[in-house]
Amino acid sequence: MAIEILMPALSPTMEEGTLAKWLVKEGDTVSSGDIIAEIETDKATMEFEAVDDGVIGHLLVAEGTENVAVNTAIATLLEDGEEAGAAPTPSASPAAPAPAQATAPAEAAAPPAVAAVDLTPDWPEGTPMKQQTVREALRDAMAEEMRADEDVYLMGEEVAEYQGAYKVSQGMLDEFGSKRVIDTPITEHGFAGIAVGAAFGGLKPIVEFMTFNFAMQAIDQIINSAAKTLYMSGGQMGAPMVFRGANGAAARVGAQHSQDYAAWYAQVPGLKVVMPYSASDAKGLLKTAIRDRNPVIFLENEILYGRAFDVPAMDDFTIPFGKARIWREGTDVTLVSFGIGMQYALEAAEKLAEDGISAEVIDLRTLRPIDYDTVITSVMKTNRCVTVEEGWPVGSIGNHISATIMERAFDYLDAPVINCTGKDVPMPYAANLEKLALVTTNDVIAAVKQVTYR
Amino acid sequence: MAAKKPAKKTNVSGDELKKYYREMLLIRRFEEKAGQLYGMGLIGGFCHLYIGQEAVVVGLEAAAEEGDKRITSYRDHGHMLACGMDPNGVMAELTGREGGYSKGKGGSMHMFSKEKHFYGGHGIVAAQVPLGAGLAFADKYKGNGRVTFTYFGDGAANQGQVYETFNMAALWDLPVIFVIENNQYAMGTSQQRSTSTKDIYHRGEAFGIPGEMVDGMDVLAVKDAGERAVAHCRKGKGPYILEVKTYRYRGHSMSDPAKYRTREEVQKMREERDAIEHIRAVILEGKFATEDELKAIDKELKAIVNASADFAKECPLPAAEELWTDIYA
Repeated sequence: MAIEILMPALSPTMEEGTLAKWLVKEGDTVSSGDIIAEIETDKATMEFEAVDDGVIGHLLVAEGTENVAVNTAIATLLEDGEEAGAAPTPSASPAAPAPAQATAPAEAAAPPAVAAVDLTPDWPEGTPMKQQTVREALRDAMAEEMRADEDVYLMGEEVAEYQGAYKVSQGMLDEFGSKRVIDTPITEHGFAGIAVGAAFGGLKPIVEFMTFNFAMQAIDQIINSAAKTLYMSGGQMGAPMVFRGANGAAARVGAQHSQDYAAWYAQVPGLKVVMPYSASDAKGLLKTAIRDRNPVIFLENEILYGRAFDVPAMDDFTIPFGKARIWREGTDVTLVSFGIGMQYALEAAEKLAEDGISAEVIDLRTLRPIDYDTVITSVMKTNRCVTVEEGWPVGSIGNHISATIMERAFDYLDAPVINCTGKDVPMPYAANLEKLALVTTNDVIAAVKQVTYR
Repeated sequence: MAAKKPAKKTNVSGDELKKYYREMLLIRRFEEKAGQLYGMGLIGGFCHLYIGQEAVVVGLEAAAEEGDKRITSYRDHGHMLACGMDPNGVMAELTGREGGYSKGKGGSMHMFSKEKHFYGGHGIVAAQVPLGAGLAFADKYKGNGRVTFTYFGDGAANQGQVYETFNMAALWDLPVIFVIENNQYAMGTSQQRSTSTKDIYHRGEAFGIPGEMVDGMDVLAVKDAGERAVAHCRKGKGPYILEVKTYRYRGHSMSDPAKYRTREEVQKMREERDAIEHIRAVILEGKFATEDELKAIDKELKAIVNASADFAKECPLPAAEELWTDIYA
């Protein structure tokens, strides 16, 4: 039976083209790979090769014909011993199946008006507490998980012999040895990629970026390789791993070393994003991150490393992702923050209390997933909201929280939501300018006074 | 058209020769069919065919053992077929159907098989190079004696992350074989217009990584070199580079008019250096098979490929719910 040679689509967008020239005539013998015609698309003239072996039967479309639709039969090819008969009528092009309308899962599409809030405490009542710095809490979290699971290892710049550029990995080389606590060259793109590959290969890497500013070198591997592979492989393989390190402004280190990446990473499906404030959250969330089967971005803060908090003295203590913490209950306004922003939110709440304004302070703790329900429930009670973060204003976490409140609690709002953020400028070096560029406690107080009309 | 290069005497058995012939021809027939389905609009987006380069993956797979890993770029169909992945699953992924290796969510450039130790299918030029070293890192960590074949092209060889990876792979003695598939064109830019050195494998010397140039149109030469590289890695001596000189007959992708080279150049390669014609000549001259037997193999492969095309056309599109699965484990 004669094979129809169809007008090919020669680019992702081509629907029709010009059959510029036939390079064969009826009766010619062709082998697969022989060029049989030249076809013009809107972009270029392409050579069109035979796919099958045979003899050209009929040329159904004359050369020079314009606007030949893709999949139109343009010639027939006869197989061994076949005679050229009457020209067949070109068959209609097969209709592509219509894609079904995709629907988002119910929880994203139509959230319930009244939110279900998880109010269980992070640790049992009566648990003994000890004072610990964020730095020590992070190290303990890693060390505990490395003791429990041989596949967990730490790699990064200065994590081993130097004991960590910010001393987070202090003592870990001694305990775990150089096989599992690995100093890398200064080569973020490369070692991030190696770690993602190791995760594909069955390990659970913890990658320390000295600061997340340097992770910009590696962001392709973080997003294109780590975050997307599970999806692209239809669930066959992913990257169970943690990228952690200092994020945000330190002090007087200038524009290239002072940036908050929370909103950047929170945008990416496939990643989980954590940004703890306290030492107990740093510990409980990092242990959860290491056990998670997905790539987790764990954003720490240099200024917070040395700060001490109460940490529960428990053998195995974890905090689930997607569960905000209410640090302070209040009735007049909801302050939503995370990471070092919590410092300004809590200070502002303290000062506002002196003025008789009762602020509820929520620490999101994880930015992907976000605990929307705790925020919405609080706003339904206080009818006002101010968000606080160190990052830039455009496309901020605060913007996203504001939009969610509009969708889910618009009728409860008595004032527009205000986003307190870092200023929309690269970080300046001069001490006075740097102070002006950062979000401050006073910014938060002023915003609260605005939304409470005081 | 017979290969002009005289066939060398070989110690390889007739069965092995026929196996390589068959594996290379399967890739060629599959890719011809993929090109055809693309032309019919059944395959969308980008589609990078492997025609001309078949001896590279078939030769190296002949040097691999069960459990060894492989990872490559977006020109990946040949690698998948060579490591034993099912043509139906590959073709159905090309058409974006639920029976594809990634349930239709990956496409031509993004397929994986845990079972066959194939780690993709990566669309960012050279991103697979550190990933491949990372797979080798995991194997060394576990001490399981496996090696990883990390394939990339002459174009990728100019990316910075390749040299970051060379440095760490050498520093940590990772069991990784860097296979530079030098098809001489980075999309439309020839090697001499893009690359400061003539032989790319020499760049490994700066990191203390041994390497060699291999004739990628001779499957037996590729296999020999692959065995040397594998032996080096398995002995714990660290990475090895194979620069395999090959040639792609088709454009960079389906939408490439290939104006950066002459038709005569392509034709000359096809007529004088074709890897499949070469092995065919070795088989016939050695009387390991008759013309008719080889023809029967071709017929059988065409049937396999046609069946994969039928499967890929008939298989349903993924269900709309699949949009929301496999984002998190």
